[in-house]
Amino acid sequence: MGRTFTEKILGRKTGKDVVPGEIIEVEPDIAMSHDNTAAISKTFYKIGVDKVYDPKKHVIILDHCTPAANEKFAQNHKDIREFVKKQGIENFYDINVGICHQVMHEKGHVWPGALIVGSDSHTTSYGAFGAFSAGIGRSEMAAIMARGKIWLRVPETIKVVVEGEFPPGVSAKDLMLKIAGEIGADGALYKAIEFCGPTIDAMSVASRFVLTNMAVEIGAKAGYMIPNAETLEYLRGRVKTPFEIVESDRDAIYEAEYKFDVSVLEPMIAKPHTVDNVVPVAEVKGTKIDQVFFGSCTNARVEDFEVVTNVLRGKRVHPDVRMLVFPASAEVYIEVLKKGWITDLAEAGCVIMNPGCGPCMGNHEGVPADGEVTLATSNRNFKGRLGNKESFVYLVSPMTAAVSALTGKIEDFRE
Amino acid sequence: MIIKGKVWKYGNDINTDVIFPGKYTYTVTDPKEMAKIALEDLDPEFAKNVQKGDVIVGGTNFGCGSSREQAASCLLYAGVGAVIAKTFARIYFRNCINFGLPALTSAEAVDALEHGESIEIDTEKGEICCKAGVFSFPPLPKEIVGIFDAGGLIPYTKKQLGLE
Repeated sequence: MGRTFTEKILGRKTGKDVVPGEIIEVEPDIAMSHDNTAAISKTFYKIGVDKVYDPKKHVIILDHCTPAANEKFAQNHKDIREFVKKQGIENFYDINVGICHQVMHEKGHVWPGALIVGSDSHTTSYGAFGAFSAGIGRSEMAAIMARGKIWLRVPETIKVVVEGEFPPGVSAKDLMLKIAGEIGADGALYKAIEFCGPTIDAMSVASRFVLTNMAVEIGAKAGYMIPNAETLEYLRGRVKTPFEIVESDRDAIYEAEYKFDVSVLEPMIAKPHTVDNVVPVAEVKGTKIDQVFFGSCTNARVEDFEVVTNVLRGKRVHPDVRMLVFPASAEVYIEVLKKGWITDLAEAGCVIMNPGCGPCMGNHEGVPADGEVTLATSNRNFKGRLGNKESFVYLVSPMTAAVSALTGKIEDFRE
Repeated sequence: MIIKGKVWKYGNDINTDVIFPGKYTYTVTDPKEMAKIALEDLDPEFAKNVQKGDVIVGGTNFGCGSSREQAASCLLYAGVGAVIAKTFARIYFRNCINFGLPALTSAEAVDALEHGESIEIDTEKGEICCKAGVFSFPPLPKEIVGIFDAGGLIPYTKKQLGLE
């Protein structure tokens, strides 16, 4: 009987064949944590262990509130800096590097066939590079620091086949919102998702990442894709660990299969307050907006900047709109700076912020006022997500965000 | 274990942002303070009126969204005895086990239970007794019941490492 990617990776880690539903104990290859490492380190010491089991496996990246918004965040960062020094954790990235899920692959901590866990729900992202990666809780990360292991349930796999060529301007974000709308917020609960088909094979690294990043928004434990040529080229020179690409067998068993044809895809939008509350942008066209949040681990890479800059160059953001721009990482920031795009965006009236999560979970840098509407290129629009439960968040592609920023209303860019 | 309390019933897809808002994840760390903001963006009346042993009832996909475990621990600190849902988001389910908060799955019970009614849960028998009758819920898988029985992941890990 054929096996899925997930069954192969988890089987290899346990040294035996595994089947969906089975509960196994595994040693992850990489364990990622971010600003929550301060709390994790306190829990770790409570266990009664002095030294981290394997410091080389841990990657710690500060991004959730950088630079610190107040003395509590500052103390949190300080505790982490002291912890990584004391424990000899070399893979530490301070506030000047970027969003954890971007930095992980930029710095070579993600490779095809790796088993990665992270104390952040969007850890599903690394499946775009052919890794198995899943989010875990803080205490679980502390337990990994203490004994190197974690239990996982072997998930069933859902296949999502994508075909067709994107219409001009329609992108991976529109596709992912469409998938979320159709499959629903719990449509892939506890499951692994395998994205495949000619469209996925032809997509850029940044676009593929959008899908695995948001796999968790439909409940998935992990998202996966066979790394394509562009992905392998991207990883070359970054990854130091030797790796082998793992693929599902042709006769692997899938629990369900969905097909999407992007050639008929429209620009999509997730309305407040759930990610699966999705409609074509045309249905909410004309809704007044107060803020645009262009950033997050979902959509703030170079290709996203290219789209947004091409729309805004030589124009002005609507005077009633605050457009906040957060590059996903310092690497992205420097590249778009060198291209002159930061100048274009600043001249268009955008507020250029530092790489990091920004207002994504309401910590700082762009909390909206009561009744205000934010158009966001991020991944969640839950009530209160940006720090104010009396505000409204719509999720869109960078293209929709940029075109709407010019008029101050939600726009269907095809018009 | 016997859990006795009143039902607080909510809908589907109750996410971690409304259970424990993201803006507090690094600033509110004291258990008493965490209890005060539990469900702040979902039901402002909850934290003021919750009694020890009360039970939260949700529909499908309870606890979706962020991995923040405060969304589980704040309920425990508020005195919640158990959460019953049709389904749980996976990281949330893990976080509940890791904190020793019973996360019970029973679609029938969820449909039958009414907001405010008094119920009794027997975790050993796997039964929920309420106005509409007795409903059963499946036990935790044998591989992870030890974590729950130890009182959560941290005491369990101590035991595994022979530190207790």
